[in-house]
Amino acid sequence: MFREYRPIDCDVHPMVPNMRALTPYMDAFWRDQVVERNITNLDSQSWPIRSPKTIRADWRGPNGRGAETVEQLQTQLLDRLGTEIAILNPLYGIQLVLNQDMAVAFARALNDWTRAEWLDRDQRLRASIVLPLQSIEASVAEIERLAPDRRFVQVLALVMGEDPLGKRQYWPVYEACVRHGLAFGIHAGSAYRHPQTSVGWTSWYLEEYAANQQGFQSQLASLMTEGALVKHSDLKVVLLESGVTWLPGFLWRLQKTWKGVRFEIPWVDRPPAEIIRDQVRLTVQPLDAPEEAVPRALGHLRSEEMLLWASDWPHWQYDGDAAVPPGIPDGLLPKLMRANALATYSRLSPPMAESQGRVA
Amino acid sequence: MSKVIVAPVGEFPPGERKLVEADGKRIVVFNLDGEYFALLDRCPHQGGSLCAGAISGHVESSSPGEYHYSRRGEMVRCPWHYWEFDIRTGKSWFDPKRVQVRQFKAAVEPGAALVEGPYQAETFPVRVEDHYVVVEA
Repeated sequence: MFREYRPIDCDVHPMVPNMRALTPYMDAFWRDQVVERNITNLDSQSWPIRSPKTIRADWRGPNGRGAETVEQLQTQLLDRLGTEIAILNPLYGIQLVLNQDMAVAFARALNDWTRAEWLDRDQRLRASIVLPLQSIEASVAEIERLAPDRRFVQVLALVMGEDPLGKRQYWPVYEACVRHGLAFGIHAGSAYRHPQTSVGWTSWYLEEYAANQQGFQSQLASLMTEGALVKHSDLKVVLLESGVTWLPGFLWRLQKTWKGVRFEIPWVDRPPAEIIRDQVRLTVQPLDAPEEAVPRALGHLRSEEMLLWASDWPHWQYDGDAAVPPGIPDGLLPKLMRANALATYSRLSPPMAESQGRVA
Repeated sequence: MSKVIVAPVGEFPPGERKLVEADGKRIVVFNLDGEYFALLDRCPHQGGSLCAGAISGHVESSSPGEYHYSRRGEMVRCPWHYWEFDIRTGKSWFDPKRVQVRQFKAAVEPGAALVEGPYQAETFPVRVEDHYVVVEA
C-alpha cells in the first residue's frame, strides 16, 4: 500500500516482556540483584499495559501483552506495509529508576537486548540508544559504547525527565550526538521526577497522555532558549509521539514574545521558529487533527521537511493498515514516508548493506 | 515638508528625548551624545509611543552564556510589547528590513538662519545667537 514510497517508520516500540528478558545482558551482580530483589518488571505507568492505547487489540498476544518478538513486528507491520526501515524506540521504564548505578546497568542491558533480539534478527531494523539520563556522564559513555554500531541512529530521552533538556548540563550528550551523527529523540512519557503537568499531578490516564504535549512544548522552548539548538546547529531533535498540530500555535507565541524580550537570549540571533524548523522533526502518529483539517494544519507548519512517518506500533493509533493519518496530501508522501527521514538520520545513509558495523 | 524647531541645544542634553508635532505627525527626537535622531513616535507593531519606551543598549552573543553589551542608550523599546529599535536607524533588531520606524532628518541649525527663514518656533522665541535642534517632517 505504501511500498512505492519505500517507507521509513520512525517510531516503533519493541516491548520487553519482563526483567528476566534483560538479565542475560547484565553482569553477574545485577543479574543476581534482579532475582534477589524480585524486580519483576519495569513497565512504566506512562503506557499501562492494559490501556487500550498501549497495544492495539489485534496485536496483543494471549497474555495480553504484545510487541515482544521480531516475528510479531514482521507480520503485524513490516511485511504488511512494505516498510523498508523501522527505527526501534524501546520504552521500558529504565528512566524511572532512582538508583543511578542500577539505571545505567539496566539501560546497557536494554540496549544490548534491542541489538541482540531485534537488530540482529531483521536487516530492516535500526534503533535508538536509550539513555540513562540519571547520569549525563554515563549517558555519554553509553553513546560512545554503542556508536560504532551504525544501526543505532538516534538516542532516546523521555519528554518529562529530571530537568529541562536545553540546560547546559545536557550538552555533552548533544556533542556526542553531533560527533557520531545521531539524532536526539524525545519520546512521550515521564520519569515521574515531577508532576506530569506544571499545575500538579494528574488523576487520569487521559489527562496524563494529553499532558505530554505540554512537556514537548516546554522542552522545545528550553532547547531553543538555552541555546542548545544554535550551539549544536548540526543536531537534529526528533519529537516522538508528540502530536503535531499544537506546534504552529506554540511557535507563534514563542516567536512573538521573543521579539520583545530577545535580549534575554542574545545567542538566538534569528527567529525561533526558523531554528526549530531547521532542527526539529516530529513523527505523525498521532497527528491530532480531523481529516478535513489536516491540510490547513500542515499549512500552518510552513514546512514540508519537519514531519516523519511513524506507525507507533504497537500503540493503537490507527486500525487495519491505515498507517498514514488521513488527510495528508499525496504530494507530501514521498517526503513524509522517506526523504525527510533520510535527511534527519544521517546514519540511514549509505544504504543498509554498508551499515552493518558491529560493536567489538 | 515642514521644519520644526525642537529645542535650543542648551536645553536638550545628551540622553534625553523630546516629542514634537510636525505636519500632523508626532515625532520623537533623541540626543545621543550630541547627535540627533528623529523617529515617528509610533511603533510599527501596534502604535505604541516610543517616547514612553525604555532606553537600553544592544546585546549580542557569539555563544550561549556570553553577553556582548554595547551602544548603551542607543536602543529604544516600545512600552507596549518591548520590540526594540535602533535609535540611529529606526530599524528593529529582529527584522530590520520589514519592521522599522520611519525616520526623519534632525539637525542643529544656528538661530540666525532660522529667524531669517520661513520657520518659527511656536512656543519659544528664537535667539540669533543660539543653536537649535530642528526636525524636517
